[in-house]
Amino acid sequence: MTDPTLTTTWNLGTDGDDLYARLMAAHEGLSDDESARLNVRLVLLLVNHIGDRVVLEEAIAAARRCGPEPTNAT
Amino acid sequence: MPRYRSPVFPFVRPPELDGRAGRRWPVAIVGAGPVGLAAAIDLALAGIASVVIDESNVVSTGSRAICWSKRTLEIFDRLGVGDRMVAKGVTWKVGRLFHRDREVYAFDLLPEPGHKRPAFINLQQYYVEEYLIDRARDFPDLIELRFMSRVTGAGQDPDRAWVDVETPEGKYRLAADYVIACDGVRSTVRRSLGLDFIGRAFEERFLITDVEMAAEFPSERWFWFEPPFHDGQSALLHKQPDNIYRIDLQLGPGADPEEERRPERVIPRIRAMVGERPFEIDWISVYSFQCRRLARFVHDRVIFAGDSAHIVSPFGARGGNGGIHDVDNLCWKLAAVLKGEGPSALLETYNTERVHGADENILNSARATSFMTPKSRMERLFRDEVLALASTHPFARQLVNSGRLSRPCSLAGFSLGTAETSDLSGTMVPGAPCLDAPVRGANGEDGWLLDHLGGSFIALGFGALASTPPGVRGLTVGGSGDLQDPQGLLAARYDGAPGVVYLIRPDQHIAARFREPTAAEISRALARAQGSSNA
Repeated sequence: MTDPTLTTTWNLGTDGDDLYARLMAAHEGLSDDESARLNVRLVLLLVNHIGDRVVLEEAIAAARRCGPEPTNAT
Repeated sequence: MPRYRSPVFPFVRPPELDGRAGRRWPVAIVGAGPVGLAAAIDLALAGIASVVIDESNVVSTGSRAICWSKRTLEIFDRLGVGDRMVAKGVTWKVGRLFHRDREVYAFDLLPEPGHKRPAFINLQQYYVEEYLIDRARDFPDLIELRFMSRVTGAGQDPDRAWVDVETPEGKYRLAADYVIACDGVRSTVRRSLGLDFIGRAFEERFLITDVEMAAEFPSERWFWFEPPFHDGQSALLHKQPDNIYRIDLQLGPGADPEEERRPERVIPRIRAMVGERPFEIDWISVYSFQCRRLARFVHDRVIFAGDSAHIVSPFGARGGNGGIHDVDNLCWKLAAVLKGEGPSALLETYNTERVHGADENILNSARATSFMTPKSRMERLFRDEVLALASTHPFARQLVNSGRLSRPCSLAGFSLGTAETSDLSGTMVPGAPCLDAPVRGANGEDGWLLDHLGGSFIALGFGALASTPPGVRGLTVGGSGDLQDPQGLLAARYDGAPGVVYLIRPDQHIAARFREPTAAEISRALARAQGSSNA
């Protein structure tokens, strides 16, 4: 097992609550659909910014692990 | 009323119908489409006779495969038909992508100067077939074309393969050392051998039409996601010769193909797209998306090439081109085996190399299909937001996938190549298809490198070439050599310092490269590239 390269320790200094609030504010006044689209654009911008396949693979795996089991709903 | 008139090829009564044995053919080719015809020509260039059997007596109806890539044109050059194809075809290099009513971006394939052939031409499959048939007629002693001859079955035993043929004047069985099945996606040969495709079929269907109109659309590839004229689906417009435009319109998964191809259904859709300019429908078809292949392309004496072996979704120009690349890879190997110059194991490398090529095509076209036809709400959101970002953020343009256009397939790492031990740089590594470059011949005439390569093994030497093994044609660059490098592009693309030698396969792929090799090193690389297992 190689060392993970995805940073999962605290990395936001003292800005955590501000940044969380900023994220919430970005969704203010948006419908569920518009919010989902905003999230998608954020993911795409950040994925391109990170640009590191290993980090992204680990992030995808970590996100999948913490979520609910897939329901295979159609 | 189709504008193109096919020549009509007569049925010629074969000797087998009169109880005469006929000759024992080295190769029988099933199907006179681009793949089968190209195979017959490539084999004839190597001195191998073949008989081509086709159920029809005309060339293909409708444009079908229209988009021929640079690598394919280079192969057509080797077969002696490139000039005619390029002269008739529409050369293009710009693509435009639209989302709803706005242009997202345009791309220019920006061909690098110093290559004979452009990135792509558009040319209807019927012209490609007609020109290949004309070329096949240059080899009356080596190619026999049998029209109106339907293959109804195929089989083999350890000594031969055969096909059963049905004609207007009776049936016969034809035996050959090898059968190449180029009989398309519904291959009778494949069915006769009990073989099935593996892979994925999509539910989507596309309506595909040739429309004749006098329009001023430029020679560009236009692709729409969710165009305003075709509710929620995607669409493609591509220019072909003779004022014929190819229009592809995505149909929903539930569409009824028979219903959708009726002119009264098609005409309003075209009208919505092209506006009030007059047009005539030349051809209509409906196809489904598939990304599937045979598990193996070589079954002893029966070999599959083109759509009989693999089928991809369109929009990457990977169907017709992939089939021509199969031929390019197969024929020199089959010729070597038939002449006793190579082991039958050489044919197995056709299997491994072209299964690799097919998988590359399948992967790319499956991804393009997924992008065009999102399967869930989230897939659709990602697709739409990639398009939304693309107009202002250049990075997102490279995620937009309306078909990743066919690129030459590298065979780096496969068994016929000699692992690199030199410190040579650049992209011309063992397994790569040779890049073109301008050259000047011994008599001062300007030409192209690729026109000097192919057909046999070649040792391309920069500066002097010490010695070449039997069966290898030497070609020297610079000094008093065979070729000069007037622009320096050949040396630049091949890291061609004096003493550098490339061993090049008959299909213009690099087998090995060296700095000042010994004769023994070249011989070893040659033996390896010819399939010798102890090289």
